[in-house]
Formats: sequence, C-alpha cells, structure tokens
Amino acid sequence: MAQPAGRSPIIYIDLHLVHEVTSPQAFDGLRAAGRLVRQPSRTVATVDHNIPTEPRGTPITDLVAAKQIAALQSNCREFGIRLFDMDSPEQGIVHVIGPELGITQPGMTIVCGDSHTSTHGAFGALAFGIGTSEVEHVLATQCLAQQRPKTMKIEVHGRLADGVGAKDLALGIIGQIGTDGATGHVIEYAGPAVRALSMEGRMTLCNMSIEAGARAGMVAPDETTIAYVKGRRFAPRDQEWEKEVAYWRTLPTDEGATFDKVVEIDAAQLCPFVTWGTNPGMVAPVTGRVPETKGLQDSDRRAAELALQYMALEPGKKIEEIGIDRVFIGSCTNSRIEDLRAAARVAKGHHVSSKVRAMVVPGSQSVKRAAEQEGLDRIFQDAGFEWRESGCSMCLGMNPDILQPGERCASTSNRNFEGRQGRGGRTHLVSPMMAAAAAIAGHFTDIRNWKFQ
Amino acid sequence: MKPFTVHKGRVAPLDRVNVDTDQIIPKQFLKRIERTGFGQFLFYDWRFGADGKKSTDFVLDEPRYEGASVLVAGKNFGCGSSREHAVWALADFGFRAVISSSFADIFANNSTKNGFLTVRLRDDEVAELMQRAQEIDDYQLTIDLERCEVRDDRGFVAKFPVDEFVRHCLLNGLDDIGLTLQHEAEIVAYEAHHPVAANLTVPAE
Repeated sequence: MAQPAGRSPIIYIDLHLVHEVTSPQAFDGLRAAGRLVRQPSRTVATVDHNIPTEPRGTPITDLVAAKQIAALQSNCREFGIRLFDMDSPEQGIVHVIGPELGITQPGMTIVCGDSHTSTHGAFGALAFGIGTSEVEHVLATQCLAQQRPKTMKIEVHGRLADGVGAKDLALGIIGQIGTDGATGHVIEYAGPAVRALSMEGRMTLCNMSIEAGARAGMVAPDETTIAYVKGRRFAPRDQEWEKEVAYWRTLPTDEGATFDKVVEIDAAQLCPFVTWGTNPGMVAPVTGRVPETKGLQDSDRRAAELALQYMALEPGKKIEEIGIDRVFIGSCTNSRIEDLRAAARVAKGHHVSSKVRAMVVPGSQSVKRAAEQEGLDRIFQDAGFEWRESGCSMCLGMNPDILQPGERCASTSNRNFEGRQGRGGRTHLVSPMMAAAAAIAGHFTDIRNWKFQ
Repeated sequence: MKPFTVHKGRVAPLDRVNVDTDQIIPKQFLKRIERTGFGQFLFYDWRFGADGKKSTDFVLDEPRYEGASVLVAGKNFGCGSSREHAVWALADFGFRAVISSSFADIFANNSTKNGFLTVRLRDDEVAELMQRAQEIDDYQLTIDLERCEVRDDRGFVAKFPVDEFVRHCLLNGLDDIGLTLQHEAEIVAYEAHHPVAANLTVPAE
C-alpha cells in the first residue's frame, strides 16, 4: 500500500482473525491510546484455544480461562467485532471457520495472532501469523509494516499413493528441509501432487508451513479453489462473484518466475510418516526405525539425544513397535470433514485398543454437524472413540484435554514439542488415518496394509 | 517502547537448538490477560519440577548466571507458536537480548516491538560466546545497536545485521502504530479502491 523511504513497506490487511489468547493485551493497548478498531468489517473473532470440549453448557471450571473468554466477549462488544462465540452454531477453530464460512478468499492478505494462519494460504491468500503487538497494530490501522520475504517453490512431482495424504506430504517436506528450512521465506507449493489435493488437503499442507519456519505457504488458486468458495456464507455473489473469480484467475505465479530457493519432491518416494522426536522435522517412515544419532553433527546430535531421552525411545526401535496410550484426532491441521471421513473409514467395524483412550475433536460446529449427518459420530463412538465439541483441544492443551506425564499420543496436530500436549506427554505426529489405525492397533501400523471393513 | 542503544550485561548460555516458544513460556500461562508478570514462568518446565518446586540443574538458576541479561542460544531460537508472551517472559525475567545464529521470523518480529534485541551472529561466533559464557565467571558482553556490534573486554568483536528501519525504531523507542497512522491519507485512498470482500460488520440489532 505504501513504501515509505528508508522503512519497511506497509501492506494493507484484508482480513484479521482474532481469538481469545493473543488479543486481550492488544485491546488494552487500543484503550490506553484511545484508538478504535479501524475496520470491524474486516475483523472477525472466535473462541477456540482454551474452551473445553465437554458438551456445551458445562461450566468452565478454569477461572483464568473463563476470564480470558469473557475479555474477548466484552472487547468484541465494545469495539463492534463479530464474534462466533461458545454457543454459536458456527464456532470453531479460527483456521477452520474462516474457509468454511467463505470469509477466506483468494488474493487476500490475512493475519491472525496465531502461527497456523498459514493455513489460509491454501486459497492463494498471503496469510501469516503475528504477535500481539502486531494484532494491536492491525486493529488500529488495518495495516502492517512488513519486510519483503524471500520466496521458495516446493514442487511435488507425481502423485501420492493410497494411504499417503497431505499430512504425510507436509511431514515429508519438513523432514527433508528441517524446521528452519524455510525461515524468512514464503513457500509456494506447486506441481501435480499439490494440484491433485482437495482444498482441505491444501489447507493441511499450508498449515504446516510454519513448522518448516516459513512465514507463509501458498497454493495458486484454480478451479478446485473456486468451486470450494462458491456459495459459502460470506463469499461474493452474482456480479460480484464473476468479478472476483476473474481477479482470482489472474493470481497464479507467472510462467518462468524465479524463486530464491526451489525444492523438488517426488511424491512416489513419500509414505505414511510418524515423528519420533520433539520437533516436526524428526520424522521416520512408518516402516522405518527410530534413527541412530551417531552420524549427526554436534548440535543436531545433542538435540536428537535430548529428544530421544524425552520421548523414552532408543535408536533402532521399529516405529511399528511403539505402543501408544492416547490418540487425538483434531486441530487446525486435521479436523475437517475429509479428515474425519478418512479416520472413520479406518475405524469402521474395529474397536479402539483396551490400552488406548482416543478422542475426536471436530474443527468446528459445522464440521461436527456435517459429520453427524453422515453418521461418522456413530462409527467413532461404536469403535470406542470419544466424540467431542469443537476447539483447539489437545493440540496445545490449553483446555482440560491434556496428556498425563509419560503418556504417549498419536496426534493429528502440528507440533510435537516437549510438553506441548501436557507436561511430560510424548507426541507423535501422524495423519488422521494413521492415528485411527494406531488407536485400534494400540501401536503405530502401516495404513497401507489396513483391513478396511 | 523502551529504547535499545547500548547494553552491557552478564551472559547466560542455553546450549540447545530449536528452543521453541512452548518451552520459553508453556501454554498454561497464556491465559493471563495482562502483558506483565510472565518472567516467573520463563522456561517453566525446565526450571520447575512437576510439583512446582524449583529444579536445581537448569542453567539459568545457577548462582553464577544470576542477573544475566544476555542469553546465548543455539540456532532457530523462538520457533513455533506466535505467542508474544515468549518475548514478554524473557524481558520480564531481565533479559534485553538473545544471541543466536538464527531466529524464527515471528519471534524476531515480536522482539522488535518490545525493545528486545535478537542478535544474529555466525555459528562459530555463537559457539565461541557459548564457550566463554560457560567457562568465564561473570562473563559480560556489550551489545551496541548504534554500531551493530557485540564485544567483550577480552578482544571478541562481531558485527550483526539488523534492518535499518527496525534499528531506527529500537534506538528511538518508536511506537510503529503512530508511524503507520502518518499514512492515513494513503490508507483511506487504498480502502476506497478495495471494497470489503467478505463483509463481517455486525448487523444492527
């Protein structure tokens, strides 16, 4: 929007998503400075991070969490911001409801005080996470000063095999380039395997961009994108629709454009992955073993040794022999209807291992309703999974859904950091199908050999 | 914002790579709605046992590093969640700067809004400082943003890169919301040509 001399360019923000955890101090800042929210028409809020997934109406026993939710409610009232509140039929994880309500659209600049804002890049939007000071900045000005990022193209050739999904692609990429492999860059995902992904698959892929350190991840809009947005509640209509679609078709990267970095991936080499360590780059094929640390360089070896110590694993252990205690199917990475369908297909006709407690947390109330209409809730519950209310839940354990010390979890979420899902908890990141299969088997198992019923 | 010009202080070594913001400030402390008081929870799971008692073996709690205001850490510091609480916790604990060979983008960005410096040096320079902080009692470093330089009184000197505008804001403690609002006319003009694509205005009751 503006390029002041000697300063970072200022970009205009088309859409600002707000949630309860990273916003209260920003609203306080506005009040202290006597400022208003510049564009409530481009701002939307929901509660997702710390809300319980018990049936709605159950009192929130965590008083600090309740106070934070109350703060968002009163801030939204005071500043005139639309809030999809606890009791809203459209409440959900901010990165699930933006797309499903048609609020997220191609070509937008989108920010949120949440690192997984990269999810919205699936629509060919420039979407990235910001901290609370920048949340305040956007509330006050609808703009952000941003240094120009570097560009990275990740081209995925070929096609993903059955049983290998967008989550495995994301884990495969991070395993290859590392958790800081894309720092300072915006990634464009391209190539036939990316084109073949559904919008939900693209969201899963773009969601994990931040786990490779990227500022954002994007997929160029195409017919899949346009078909997804059409008819959604906040999507443009009639003449406006035609005009927007014409604009969206101009957005893809020019033929022959150059990038600061290019990474080539062969989809045929990918398989179902399981993380073994304490960052999302520590991945192994499900058919593989926990790696040896001997060959690694100093700081990486130490990091791997600390990770194995925390995870209570020995190098050489077969991934399929790692037993689990808990399963979490949910999060902004993998809680959409296709994720739940994939997991339910695995669960159907089987039963969760007696050693395992497994929960399914739909990404939004809309996803939950859709799943119930298809009978997925019955499949899960008949198989012994808990069927819960929507929210971020055990992805980061800000609500009561947490691991106990020493518990080992197969999780469809995005981070396996120490203590992320609960102090002393051990997280293994996997796809929804792999999580469902692990719940039933009681240990990791290769979904490509699954007996579907 | 508190300006950052030249700071001299004791150095604490945190010899780990990929220190993520979940470690810097665990999630259970993000429910507070204040901006202050996070220092007591810094690196909580590493500093305190499950029973809430202070563990004895975490480096920051060694008496020799008491009062440290400069942290030296391994690469990719601050990765993960966008929580600015991580910077608030470090600053509230008493740190003014972190030295590493690389930082996660959002963490580095958040730092600049809080008068907190992320100092990027080469791997070998970070390794050297890590070693000095571990071996030398009361090891001190001067971080000089005016000269973009880190130095000790034993001959170590290294330059670090910093965006010129970020440096200007840090040196002068500028509030960048005020700076952006100087562009009001351009924002208004931009908005006139870019109608809202998904109108989220709350309907009148």
